Amino acid sequence: MPQDSSLEPYAAIGVLIALVVVTAIGMLLVAHLIGPKRHGPVKDSPYESGMPIIAGTDRRLHIRFYVVALLFLLFDVEVIFLWPWATAFYASAVHGMTIPLEGGGIAGKDFLLVGMGFFVSLLLFGLVYEWKKGAFRWD
Amino acid sequence: MLDSVTSWASECSTCVVDFATSQLGVSVILAAVVFGAMQGVVSYSIYFERKIAAWMQDRRGPNRTGPLGLFQPIADGLKFVFKEDILPNHVDKVLFVLAPTLAFIVAFIGFAAIPWGGQLQIGDRLLNIQVANPDIGLLYLLGVGSMSVYGVVLGGWASNNKYSFYGGIRATAQMISYEIPMGFCILVIVLTMGTLRLENITLAQTGYWANGLIPQWNVFLHPLAFLILFITVLAETNRTPFDLAEAEQELVGGFHTEYGALKFGMFFLGEYAHMITSSAFIAVLFLGGWHLPFVPWAQPEATQWYAVLFKMGVLGAKICGFLFVMIWLRWTLLRFRFDQLMRMAWLGLIPMTLALFLLTVGLLYFDKHRSPVWALGGNAVILFVSLAYVAMSSKPITGRQTNMPVISEREFGGSQAEVSA
Repeated sequence: MPQDSSLEPYAAIGVLIALVVVTAIGMLLVAHLIGPKRHGPVKDSPYESGMPIIAGTDRRLHIRFYVVALLFLLFDVEVIFLWPWATAFYASAVHGMTIPLEGGGIAGKDFLLVGMGFFVSLLLFGLVYEWKKGAFRWD
Repeated sequence: MLDSVTSWASECSTCVVDFATSQLGVSVILAAVVFGAMQGVVSYSIYFERKIAAWMQDRRGPNRTGPLGLFQPIADGLKFVFKEDILPNHVDKVLFVLAPTLAFIVAFIGFAAIPWGGQLQIGDRLLNIQVANPDIGLLYLLGVGSMSVYGVVLGGWASNNKYSFYGGIRATAQMISYEIPMGFCILVIVLTMGTLRLENITLAQTGYWANGLIPQWNVFLHPLAFLILFITVLAETNRTPFDLAEAEQELVGGFHTEYGALKFGMFFLGEYAHMITSSAFIAVLFLGGWHLPFVPWAQPEATQWYAVLFKMGVLGAKICGFLFVMIWLRWTLLRFRFDQLMRMAWLGLIPMTLALFLLTVGLLYFDKHRSPVWALGGNAVILFVSLAYVAMSSKPITGRQTNMPVISEREFGGSQAEVSA
């Protein structure tokens, strides 16, 4: 089992991506070349169940969607930060890995636990705050 | 002259054999084979979805094209190709074409990190039956999975149609909301396994507990995380009960209302490919991947070609099981209302998965992270507290919309008593 962190495995991913991209473009081209092309004013207008168009996309959108996007940025970035922490915490809890700190001293699993505890309590506080503010009220 | 040609040919054939038996060669061959196989499987999973739906609703399903309707996917594919490829005037043309392309590409590159069949021995070399074995395999899968939202949001935006637009916006809100509990569920596995390499996660599940009776699959450690991950995968792939993006009764086709011909087909292929990759992903994380307990061919030591094929069959069977459950749910459950959907993600699944994450951190701190008793107990406590909270709260999590008046107070028709009087 190779345990290196080299870029070698990504060569095959590159080949796969190239294969998939070429297939996708090929499919688009084939459909474009083979299919008939008969345009008309009705066919070119937006779909509205066969009726005259009632309203376009310039209607107002619920502000909650914006709130969800903001919350997602916050939470997802924090979850991603937890990933490298998780592997480091595993290494220090199971294999006893330690990290020398800049100002002297050594960080072990207790240090990592307290640091993450602070981080996650901020996350939790944010969630409870948003909850009480009504950010999750969708009605 | 002839000699030089034959010697060149033999040299060339040895170099081809050399390449085919190197790790990169195996990876490239596997990439092509799995990509091709997946397109076939995707076509036939649509056929099986229709057959299973027919079976559940006491109908016959497709049965006209070929024996048992088995040529239906081929006929559908040909029809997609020969249909008019409409590019309406009112759309953003670049993004309109880019969206299905992106949905297709992203759905089909995800499987690169899936370990399909352990290791294959050729001569004295051990080759991974995996397109790529990067040390951040899990992160790669999560990243590629997250990108699938682009196809939907770009398709909805570029169509410049209110149905597509609302479908795209809804799908985006749903997918990004369910990505957070998904991330936490995967974190639980990272904390239990200590690695992001999917092959090592499979290998770590090949042991046994209880004197060799129970395989060390993660589902026996964190069944709640397994369940929540499956729910989030349903939401990520826009399957019922989370298919609000294409709620036919209110949004026509949702984000793909304006799409036809092969562009629609690419969205469709992408959705099913995403389902297959996600199923493989859950199987690897929680059900031991290609591992099957007590069967000698499905153990990590078995590296013969037939054992590798058998392991691929085992993983394939697990994927088919997940696909069947997804199809079953689609024809059984009702669609959520949007406020229920968002409430379930933010007030249901995120707190639960956060609790699961903290539980796993605690288990790891006290070195109990592979102890089924502690992990199962913690899972049971979290499930019980969550259910108790739902049961005790005044408003059920799937309740009525609160800003709507009680039915009898509605302006039209007055109260029931007035109408009858």
